[in-house]
Amino acid sequence: MTLQQELAVTPSAKLVVENVSKTFRTGRGAVHALDRITLSVTEGEFVCLVGPSGCGKSTLLNVIAGLEAPDSGRVLTDGAPIRGPGRDRMVMFQDSALFPWLDVLDNVMFGLRLKPGLSKAEREEVAHYYLQLVGLERFADAYIHELSGGMKQRVALARALAPNPRVLLMDEPFAALDALTREQLYGDLQRIWEDRRKTIIFVTHNVREAACLGDRVALFSPHPGRIREEFKIPLPRPRDINSVDLAERATEIMRALKGHLDAREFAT
Amino acid sequence: MKRIVSALVFFVALIAAWQLVYQAKIWSPVLVPAPEAVAQYLWNNTFDPGTAREPNPNQWQLFLAIGVTLKRLLAGYLIGLALGLPLGLATARFRVMRDTLGVLALGLQGLPSVCWVPLALLWFGQTEGAMLFVVVMGSLWSVVLATEAGVRNVNPIYVRAARTMGSRWLHIWVKVIIPASLPFIVSGMKQGWAFAWRSLMAAEIFVTILTGFGLGNLLHYGRELNAMDQVIGIMLVIVFIGLLADKVLFSPWERFLHRRWGTGQPG
Repeated sequence: MTLQQELAVTPSAKLVVENVSKTFRTGRGAVHALDRITLSVTEGEFVCLVGPSGCGKSTLLNVIAGLEAPDSGRVLTDGAPIRGPGRDRMVMFQDSALFPWLDVLDNVMFGLRLKPGLSKAEREEVAHYYLQLVGLERFADAYIHELSGGMKQRVALARALAPNPRVLLMDEPFAALDALTREQLYGDLQRIWEDRRKTIIFVTHNVREAACLGDRVALFSPHPGRIREEFKIPLPRPRDINSVDLAERATEIMRALKGHLDAREFAT
Repeated sequence: MKRIVSALVFFVALIAAWQLVYQAKIWSPVLVPAPEAVAQYLWNNTFDPGTAREPNPNQWQLFLAIGVTLKRLLAGYLIGLALGLPLGLATARFRVMRDTLGVLALGLQGLPSVCWVPLALLWFGQTEGAMLFVVVMGSLWSVVLATEAGVRNVNPIYVRAARTMGSRWLHIWVKVIIPASLPFIVSGMKQGWAFAWRSLMAAEIFVTILTGFGLGNLLHYGRELNAMDQVIGIMLVIVFIGLLADKVLFSPWERFLHRRWGTGQPG
């Protein structure tokens, strides 16, 4: 499929998480990371999972990515259960996870080289297209250590988008960036999402970030990891993280989150 | 330029100090020869053609010795690498290899390579085989350990990222794990080279064989003949070859890695 054909169709996927549980055994006993999680994401939806650190939201993302198998339950994309990692679900990590032994272009090409049915020229065209989309075309030949944190995450985004996945899984991708860079990336991500219509699951511990990006925010609480509540965010896009409407939503979610945490402490 | 000058000044001063010690006649010239005597020895055993009536029988002798030594070194080192790299990868990959071969490698790496000489002599006699064995044993284990450490230090997130992009077993090893551990592997190769070099010198000093006189053999005969100019001259050659190997074989690699990874100091 050429780049033009790829861009013409909007390949998002319906994603269903069914009764997924997972427990880790550590030196200090078992950690119940996920407890019968059920989540349904419609095609092209932007869902944010928000909760405190260690609540299991990253584990859920890894299960959806196919990097970790659940103890029970299953994950379906378009009705078919997933078996292991796949190009239809690309992951963006908090630490960019770019390969320092490759330059920027070769990093973006990594997934494309593994994608069958593309000629070398087509792969390069696709890679350049996505580098342009994240505004880093001029840095195609740069090494990874020459980039700033924000630029690294842009490259990581281009790398994740390049194989044209239907689902994009983002694990606190902006958590390590400064506020200004982060705001730019909120704008870029919303623009790219509207343009390419991916299904996105975005994990964060930043409530405001979740309210800014998500169509829907799912509230996680730990021990055992559960989704406690869901909020729809019907604000128009593109959204500005500093807007008053958004602050109100964020406060509402934050209050709910605190309520769940307090309730849990009270119970134990 | 400034760096070359400072290096030059340093070594000239070193030789001047040596000359002063020689001239003070604290020790016998048999123990402390003049810098000039050592230079004379080096010249005599390399380019000096002698006179027409009396051609120099020792001309090129040092180069022949260097040739013999480097041939042994390369053969042993390449075998050490050819065995050490795959064994290191296997040790990193399989727990059972780590618990067996890994422990053995750790133990043997701590064994000074000269300790292999008596065993090699008994097994192989005064042969090239004995030399080769000592060099392989000297370099193999540090290559195994460095490769293992390199692979085990690969950030797991690289592998996870590669898997989500559709990379699987062999592809992950060739395209992710090995490149990611390259800085470790190269420093292990460098260490293996240094150990091979040390063990070969030990072997050449102790194993006298007629299939070729290496630098270690010449060093040994220098002692037997009480020829301190020869002893020091050979030592200088050994040091020089070590430096050269470092600059020619490993520096380009290291510069490449530093540039890519953005580690270390430039230059």
